[in-house]
Amino acid sequence: MYSEKVMDYFMNPRNMGEIENANGVGLVGNAKCGDIMKLYLDIDDATGIIRDAKFKTFGCGAAVATSSISTEMVIGKTIHEALDITNRSVTEALDGLPPLKIHCSLLAEEAIRSALWDYAQKKGIKIEGLQAPESTDHHHHLNDEE
Amino acid sequence: MIYLDNAATTALRPEVFDTMIEYMRENYANPSSIYQKAGCAKVAMDVAREKIAKAISADHSNEIFFTGSGSESINWAIKSVVNNTTHGKHIITTKVEHPVVLRTCEFLEKQGFDVTYLPVDEFGMVDAQQVEEAILEGTILVAVMMANNEIGTIMPIAEIGEVIAKVNETRERSERILFFTDAIQAVGHIPVDVNALNVDMLALSGHKFYAPKGVGALYVRRGVKLMPLIHGGGQERGRRGGTENVSGIVGMGYAIDLAMAEMEAEITRQTELRDYLITQILEKIPHSRLNGHPIKRLPGNANITFDFIEGEGMLLMLDFNDIAASSGSACTSGSLDPSHVLLAVGLTHEQAHGSLRLSLGKDTTKQELDKLIEVLPNIVERLRQMSPLWEDYQRNSVT
Ligand SMILES: Cc1ncc(COP(=O)(O)O)c(C=O)c1O
Repeated sequence: MYSEKVMDYFMNPRNMGEIENANGVGLVGNAKCGDIMKLYLDIDDATGIIRDAKFKTFGCGAAVATSSISTEMVIGKTIHEALDITNRSVTEALDGLPPLKIHCSLLAEEAIRSALWDYAQKKGIKIEGLQAPESTDHHHHLNDEE
Repeated sequence: MIYLDNAATTALRPEVFDTMIEYMRENYANPSSIYQKAGCAKVAMDVAREKIAKAISADHSNEIFFTGSGSESINWAIKSVVNNTTHGKHIITTKVEHPVVLRTCEFLEKQGFDVTYLPVDEFGMVDAQQVEEAILEGTILVAVMMANNEIGTIMPIAEIGEVIAKVNETRERSERILFFTDAIQAVGHIPVDVNALNVDMLALSGHKFYAPKGVGALYVRRGVKLMPLIHGGGQERGRRGGTENVSGIVGMGYAIDLAMAEMEAEITRQTELRDYLITQILEKIPHSRLNGHPIKRLPGNANITFDFIEGEGMLLMLDFNDIAASSGSACTSGSLDPSHVLLAVGLTHEQAHGSLRLSLGKDTTKQELDKLIEVLPNIVERLRQMSPLWEDYQRNSVT
């Protein structure tokens, strides 16, 4: 059902973990549909380059793989380059996803945007082309039982 | 492969397969024909019907109708009752039925029927009193499954049957409430006696007891009207046209015979293995809990929830270790919602996503379970390391 690449990123996830002093953290998804992604970014304030990225994910194989590969895709990129990453580029990088799992790649795109938004809020800056994450109820509250 | 998904389907018995081949290769005649070869096929089908009848203690073999699946049997039973009834429009069922029953009831709701979905307790159980209290004047059908396919809980069918019989004593014969049970997980595994249970109709399916896929049966008590499902030839006493799946039917008859012969010993053996498995897992893995009833459960069913993780990941890692199992997570159900059964017993969405169903079978050995018990704690640990929910929990429990 999954491509070899998805299985590889699931079984050997790259950049899994936390960044202690991350200056951008995104938390997206909800427990109801079973996917929660947390993305940590370490962004260089002077250059706007993403120095490091890590993730933690509660979710299926596709959710883990999309989170993991998106950390690889953002590292070394500027904030603006990172904003160009879409769910489609994440899916392509994984050699495709089953139709039912496309929402996982959407979540990955959202996680990047949410982490960058968090960074902008913390720094009091405006990032062109980035709006506030859509609806807060989309975001998971960890003790919410819905 | 270590196969722990026997509730999904079972491996066809080789000896059953050999018999089936005979009825495809040599005894291929149409059982409705007149010559000797056809007679053989007809007799073999009659014998299979008798074996199925005997296995569920039916009084007459012509109370058994062969179908093409358990799902068909269920659809047929429920739709037949509503089609043949004019005195009411109310159906009682439970929140933990198999999707076949639930989707059929939802379909009927759209046609104007009222359905009561009884809630269950923390073990997935309804009791007879709940059924009694839900009965209305217009109630025509009660449908309660005998054993749950996800959590293994065995329902008090005999008690429910008694309550319904009592209500029926006060009703005209033509206005009786009919009692149907989906016994697909039960037949061939635990004793099933249609008279002791007081059921009017019962569904069973071959592939759950080492018979082939694509063959099932519906028991219909004598005197209960059965609507023709497929209009055609005179097959199945004119109720289900179409030349019969002779080899499948013969295979199912043989398989039920073998299952009945082994049943008592298998119940003892699998119950012991199951309890060993459950105890070991709960002991070795923190934040885990058993779903379903601790005692009133199928001998082969263990269903466990692991907090903070999601089920599909577990299945993929188990598969990597050549172990086949299933989960109540949404990812494995083809929808976004986790198991309706686990939500009905009171689990949160997170917990429902993190469940693992291990279903044992006649070929399951202790060595196989030991292999699982060896790899599972690491799998759960790895997934927890990845989980933001676990991170959160740990942070909160430290401070
Ligand atoms: C309780 C229950 N009901 C119905 C079914 C459907 O049976 P079948 O696969 O033969 O259509 C199953 C099996 O998946 C089951 O476990």
